[in-house]
Amino acid sequence: MINDTYSFTVAIPLIVFFSFLIIGLGFGRLKPMVSGIFGTMALLAVTALSYFTAYRYFFVDGMMNGSFQKFIAYDALWMSFTDSLQVRMGVLLDPISVMMLVVISTVSLMVHIYSLEYMKHEEGFSRYYSFLSLFTFSMMGLVLSSNIFQIYIFWELVGLSSYLLIGHYYERPSAVAASKKAFIVTRFADFGFLIGILMLSGITGTFDFLKITDPGGSALTQGSAVGFMGLSVMTWSLLLVFAGAAGKSAMFPLHIWLPDAMEGPTPVSALIHAATMVVAGVYLVARLFTVYVLAAPDALITIGYIGTFTSLFAAVIACTQFDIKRVLAFSTISQIGLMMGGLGVSGYTGQEGLGYTASMFHLFTHAMFKALLFLCAGAVIHAVHTNEMTGMGGLRKYMPVTNFAFLIGCLAIAGVPPLSGFFSKDEILTAALEKDKLLFAVQYAVAGLTAFYMFRLYYSIFWNSDRQYHSKPHESPFAMLFALIFLSAASIVSGFIPFSRLVTPDLKPFDSHIHWAVAIPAIAIAAAGILIATLMYRKESGLPAKTAAAFGGLYRAAYRKFYIDEIYIFITKNVIFRYISAPLAWFDRNVVDNAMNSIAALTNLTSSRIKGLQSGQLQQYAYVMVTGVIIVVLAALYFMNA
Amino acid sequence: MIEKIGIENLLILSALMFFIGVYGFLVRKNLITMLMSVELILNAVNINFVAFNRYFYPEKLQGHFFALFVIAVAATEVAVAIAIIISLYRKIRTIDVEKASEMKY
Amino acid sequence: MEQVLFYIFAGMILVFSVLTVTSRRILRAAVYLLFVLVAAAALFFLMQFEFLAAVQLTLYAGGIIVLIIFSVMLTSHVSEKLEPVKFGKAAFAFAASAAGAALTVYTLLSYPFPEVSAAEIDTSMKRIGSELLGYQANGYALPFEVISILLLAGMLGVIIIAKRSEK
Repeated sequence: MINDTYSFTVAIPLIVFFSFLIIGLGFGRLKPMVSGIFGTMALLAVTALSYFTAYRYFFVDGMMNGSFQKFIAYDALWMSFTDSLQVRMGVLLDPISVMMLVVISTVSLMVHIYSLEYMKHEEGFSRYYSFLSLFTFSMMGLVLSSNIFQIYIFWELVGLSSYLLIGHYYERPSAVAASKKAFIVTRFADFGFLIGILMLSGITGTFDFLKITDPGGSALTQGSAVGFMGLSVMTWSLLLVFAGAAGKSAMFPLHIWLPDAMEGPTPVSALIHAATMVVAGVYLVARLFTVYVLAAPDALITIGYIGTFTSLFAAVIACTQFDIKRVLAFSTISQIGLMMGGLGVSGYTGQEGLGYTASMFHLFTHAMFKALLFLCAGAVIHAVHTNEMTGMGGLRKYMPVTNFAFLIGCLAIAGVPPLSGFFSKDEILTAALEKDKLLFAVQYAVAGLTAFYMFRLYYSIFWNSDRQYHSKPHESPFAMLFALIFLSAASIVSGFIPFSRLVTPDLKPFDSHIHWAVAIPAIAIAAAGILIATLMYRKESGLPAKTAAAFGGLYRAAYRKFYIDEIYIFITKNVIFRYISAPLAWFDRNVVDNAMNSIAALTNLTSSRIKGLQSGQLQQYAYVMVTGVIIVVLAALYFMNA
Repeated sequence: MIEKIGIENLLILSALMFFIGVYGFLVRKNLITMLMSVELILNAVNINFVAFNRYFYPEKLQGHFFALFVIAVAATEVAVAIAIIISLYRKIRTIDVEKASEMKY
Repeated sequence: MEQVLFYIFAGMILVFSVLTVTSRRILRAAVYLLFVLVAAAALFFLMQFEFLAAVQLTLYAGGIIVLIIFSVMLTSHVSEKLEPVKFGKAAFAFAASAAGAALTVYTLLSYPFPEVSAAEIDTSMKRIGSELLGYQANGYALPFEVISILLLAGMLGVIIIAKRSEK
């Protein structure tokens, strides 16, 4: 329904957009610090607006007749092709979009503040801030989109700004390669998304989310009847949409870009590649959740399996990596897998919707603690000037605040009560247990692995023995610490938000409580993971090497990320390039080009033959004209007399 | 008075004068002499206008006024043409029409 | 009497026209052109278009010829002789013009012109003036204005062309 009292929300993305324009156009003319502070101020305003919107929506007038309403806060006709094919631009407010507003603005604001110090001495400070604004704008536009066409536009804009920010250090070949990889892989996935959009809107006859996801509407029942290769057309279209979501959210086997994306500045990794953009896929599935759960349960359970498998897969790799940002990247993939898993096991009504609620809850808490972990990692890298775990150790003495913040992040992600990760993970596990035992078992194992690799990371950085440092590591400046402290606080308290009363698939709140039957084993396995990590990594010992040797091939495979990159390279180079691209290139070069060149050559030849007529000799022209007139008159006389 | 002179005489005179002008335009290489040929052509046309006016429509003055306007146009044309010729002369130090072919192809 | 006068003037026009386009001295060509124009003015007199004849004399003979002579003096020496026309070029041009002339004359002679009325023509200054500025039937106010704008445009154009080349 339309609600004009919320029309101020259209300002939320627009403020950031103007901030992008001003910083971007003022490039070079603004002093770097001025543009940084300007961007931060714009974001502060946006954060305040977002919090106000969330407060009003959740606690004042979002609820009507016992369920939350979907508001169209702003709506404009953008392109009108025919009466039935119209593209609108709008702002859609519902629990998940409002929640995402809070997540994006909070993390983005923290990253803005943090970067004021972190990026201070870097080249391209203004450029960095303008792209941060662009990204925040695109992400907010994405979550507020009122139709699937609009979401696709912002989806691509988000991909673009991610590309720009990964390639921030464009002098480094590795950063350039990483940004290209991220762009191409997600773009490849978006191809599926686009086809999915076309199919979906072809089936339902509309782009509009409100109409598509209306549980009683006609849109859902259409398309289920027509089948293709054993599945309904609806299922196919939703699977294709999920392909796009999988690309952005780094689901197996499209996850390969995310670890490389760590070439970007660390705050960017915290914002884009941990908290916001990579969960856009989860958000998209949640946005279309009604359709998935009611019209294509097959697609939904596929998502559940892919997510859970990715989760395990990434957790195993995370245990073997030495680059701290890559460990965090694989951890992110793993956690997003859990969210997808949560969506996959969810039902629609009442308590059955726990998986959906849990997934959104985990998205929220994960955004907080993963951003915290990344920013801490940034602080550490800032202090010791290396990404490698082997170059760190004993930092707790030099960086007490960072140490403490990192510990909170690790405890939260490991699922230790009463920190936020415990609550959300508990709900996901409970939902999985009710629906599918296999998924539960895998996710349970992932919980243990998560605790293990996070504490491996923690101990290797902050405990262990000292290394040879170029200069004595020092605690970060205040702006960075402020962000760390704020996010630590968020990581601690956000678990107490009663999500089941706010975000549910059918918009009707339900009660949920901690399921101790699941929680206690989960705590136990987390504790076990932490314990093993403590034994192996707290002090320097030969234990890790021995364990690695014991696992043998598995360890080596995990260390090489299960050779997925190599497989991709093999497929692209040896199969696609050799058997598809090379013949195409030959065809292009020899047939298409030659045809074009011949036409051009023919034209050239003709023109050089006839250009003699354009001699520039005035009298020649006049002579031709006079003769022509005489001939015409003669002809006229002849034919008129005849 | 004029009935003793047939209109054919005037028209033939004007036609011959016209084609003498055309001939001059075709063979003269000097731009100013070409311009003079154009004046000949215009005058031939004037005679034509005047003759028709006088012989067939003596109650009207259309041919007369046309001739008048042709004279005005010719004056403008000559002024502009001479300005162009002189500025061309300043540039390439000649007013030979065959040498002024820089703009070809 | 008129016939004699006409043939004299017609002969003058043809002879001097030919001389204009064939003379190898530009200045002489200009003077021959002047004779042609004067003879044409005389023809106008003969046809009782006194005003037109006067305009022809003042504008052509007095204005344009002087302009042409000035430009001749600016661009070439008085004693300079133009190089003779190449025979081939002259032959082709002559063929074209002769063909055109023959065609026209043939058409003229084969056309049956009606009898000429001997009515007198009123070309008083009063009539010319009122028709030139009249806007009813037989009024020429609009072409008059157009011509004045053309003159203005020509003036501006000349100024700009002449100015640009000065660097």
